[in-house]
Amino acid sequence: MATVFIPAMLQSLTDGATQLQVAGNTVRALINILEERFPGFKDRLLQDGDLRPDIAVAVDGEFAVDLIERVHPDSEVHFVPPISGGV
Amino acid sequence: MAEATAAYKVIGTRPVRPDGADKVTGRAIYGADMRLTGMLHGKMLRSPHAHARIKSIDTSKAKALPGVRAVVTAHDMPKAEDRMANLGEMAVNVKHLSNNALAYDKVLYRGHAVAAVAATNVHIAEEAVGLIEVDYEVLPAAIDVLDAMKDDAPILHEDLKATELGQQTDKVSNVVNHFQFKLGEPGTGFEEADVVIEREFDTATVHQGYIEPHNATAMWNEEGHLSVWTSTQGAFVVQRQVAEVLGISVSQVSVTPCEIGGGFGGKISVYLEPVAAVLSRQTGRPVKIVMSRIEEFEGTGPTPASHIKVKIGATNDGRIVAAEAALMYEAGAFPGSPVTAGAMCIFSPYAIPNMQVDGYDVVVNKPKTAAYRAPGATNAAFASETIIDEIAEQLGMDPLEIRRLNGAKEGDRQVHGPTYPRIGYLETVHAALEHEHYQSPLTGPNRGRGVASGFWFNVGFQSTVVINVNSDGTVSLVEGSTDIGGTRASIAMQAAETLGIPYEDVKPTVAGTDGVGYTDVTGGSRTTFATGYAAYEASQDVIRQMRERAAERWNRESEEGDSAAQLAADDVSYSDGVFRCAKDPSKTMTFKEMADMMPRTGGPITGRATSQPRGVGGAFATHVVDVEVDPDTGKVSVLRYTATQDVGTAIHPSYVEGQIQGGAVQGIGWALNEEFVYNKDGSMVNASFLDYRMPTTLDLPMIDTVLVEVPNPGHPYGVRGVGEVPIVPPPAALANAIYRATGKRMKNLPMSPTYILSQLEQE
Repeated sequence: MATVFIPAMLQSLTDGATQLQVAGNTVRALINILEERFPGFKDRLLQDGDLRPDIAVAVDGEFAVDLIERVHPDSEVHFVPPISGGV
Repeated sequence: MAEATAAYKVIGTRPVRPDGADKVTGRAIYGADMRLTGMLHGKMLRSPHAHARIKSIDTSKAKALPGVRAVVTAHDMPKAEDRMANLGEMAVNVKHLSNNALAYDKVLYRGHAVAAVAATNVHIAEEAVGLIEVDYEVLPAAIDVLDAMKDDAPILHEDLKATELGQQTDKVSNVVNHFQFKLGEPGTGFEEADVVIEREFDTATVHQGYIEPHNATAMWNEEGHLSVWTSTQGAFVVQRQVAEVLGISVSQVSVTPCEIGGGFGGKISVYLEPVAAVLSRQTGRPVKIVMSRIEEFEGTGPTPASHIKVKIGATNDGRIVAAEAALMYEAGAFPGSPVTAGAMCIFSPYAIPNMQVDGYDVVVNKPKTAAYRAPGATNAAFASETIIDEIAEQLGMDPLEIRRLNGAKEGDRQVHGPTYPRIGYLETVHAALEHEHYQSPLTGPNRGRGVASGFWFNVGFQSTVVINVNSDGTVSLVEGSTDIGGTRASIAMQAAETLGIPYEDVKPTVAGTDGVGYTDVTGGSRTTFATGYAAYEASQDVIRQMRERAAERWNRESEEGDSAAQLAADDVSYSDGVFRCAKDPSKTMTFKEMADMMPRTGGPITGRATSQPRGVGGAFATHVVDVEVDPDTGKVSVLRYTATQDVGTAIHPSYVEGQIQGGAVQGIGWALNEEFVYNKDGSMVNASFLDYRMPTTLDLPMIDTVLVEVPNPGHPYGVRGVGEVPIVPPPAALANAIYRATGKRMKNLPMSPTYILSQLEQE
């Protein structure tokens, strides 16, 4: 099962759990499973069915470009702010 | 000229940049050079108040002035929706973007655009601006981040509800977002610490200071198509922003990027483009607007002032066991400061088991902030790297040794969660430790040496490259990335290396939105990495087609001789500019021969590729600086400066060195002099380069660079972004050097003579 790291700001929904083992093969599947276990989880991440503009998902350290990003049983999944830059 | 590394023929050399001659002879076309038939000139009316409600605007006198063709306000633009629009690299609130271009019902900072005029010449336009009458209800202003956070502070946006730890609240506040990252248990970590240091820091608003002011020329033609010529870091992002603000499709907007005279993050957001477009639509003529330097300071996006609290704990053996920070960043008039990036970067150089970082995005009555080279990271590093230095001092450790002891490496976890891929932070520390600069003694009164480190991400995003093979064996490379810092050369070099042809045989061109596929901004240290990746793939596409054609040609030649050879592309190898038949060593063709035969082998060859690469490699830097502080004046003289940086593979070492030197110099200016000085009513009092003190060559020593090459495994040539991180360490390195020269810890930026004298006077 993939390891989903729960951001500090969502840990109130997960009874303080900082990481959870979740069975799902895409980011969306993980979020749906987490929503079943912790109602309200999805609303904090998604807007109109897609990731909120201030949230990105990193799977194994790489930013996912879509919610159907593949997740493997040994994957690490993080919800992080998107990054842009200056130069 | 440097030699190429053994592995490469082109990469690692220092060829002449393809745009150099045009730029130094004045032939390069910048936005202000635009001349179109019938073109009108635009000027903006800007608010004299930091915070005021617009009760009415009377444009009648301005419109009556001979030569004036149009006067517009926000009410001539489509009423923007209060929604976030995805612009590829970033998301923006369309209403905020529109209201920043032209204030709708309130002005939120001095310099906020209120109206615009188009006239037959710029002088008439300026005169007409003075005839526009605006009735303001002046409101109290929130200028400073800490003041703006108070419960009784003047509220900028009555409709903006605060987000607290990821959840929207019903509270109307200038603190529009409070977020938190946490790793481990900081409380427990601090209990283990033998030394704990906690300090608070303030940094001032600073500007990118690019030489060329913002400009835009727009032509909205009779068919409803809008053409825009502008100075931008990304034509496609301008296209999207303009389309969103004007409520039209992206297909109705063409954007041509002119040559750019610096951006540093400040030329991503649109300011003038939608306004010039509306003026053009009203007049049926092209309209050009060019900002003055005062408008640049008062009306574009600087990087934020900030207040930062940092607490770090370490054990007596030098291990950092816990760290906490609270970052309060000014967003300016609309939400969206770079505080999230600052929070992600503040402890990046270190492997710390217990960390917590809180970030606060705070609106104030100043211009909406924009990106500036490693946005958010420099403020943060000033605070954290100063305390790391202080901990090293208390423990009797060398300041670089404590960094080496605690330095992050592959597999270590960042405060926001993910682990690092292959990085080269420790290598930069080692390079600094071993450098002759650090090994040499620094003698003399009032002198000190300081060090500091910094981190900045790289990003991938989207790029397109098309390579057209010419009949003489050269290639024309079309890319969508604005050339900043020599990226035409760095992209062309990767193509030349891959194609096995000389660099001089690659002719790079930057195209607009009608000339190339979607390409994100030149920003996020991404261009040499991501557009270079596309150039690599497009070159591979050319080679693949040529191998197929070589196999097919040799098959036909064999058929002529009644041979039964049936070669496939896999039977053709390519190296050093020569195609070779694996089954018959006598059969070879050069790249030039293949190019010459295109009409007889199937027609033109065009290689193309799009990239959205992963495998970005973060960049670390460690800087060493020597200073002398005049105890009578407080003036800091920078005696010597050395910057070490993990640059992955340096494609064009001179341009990498140039990026490091430029970033370091901007960081020195940020550290010692630069600041927006505001009076109590929110007016900037130093809005010119005479009074906004940027460093000149007379203020600086040679910035020595050490290119530490730890190739990024996520790129075919090991490229890491290099352009942003060099601005991160300088303020902290200088603060630490000033401490050793004076015995006073610096807690404010800029460390101007006035500030330093005030600290020296304190016992």
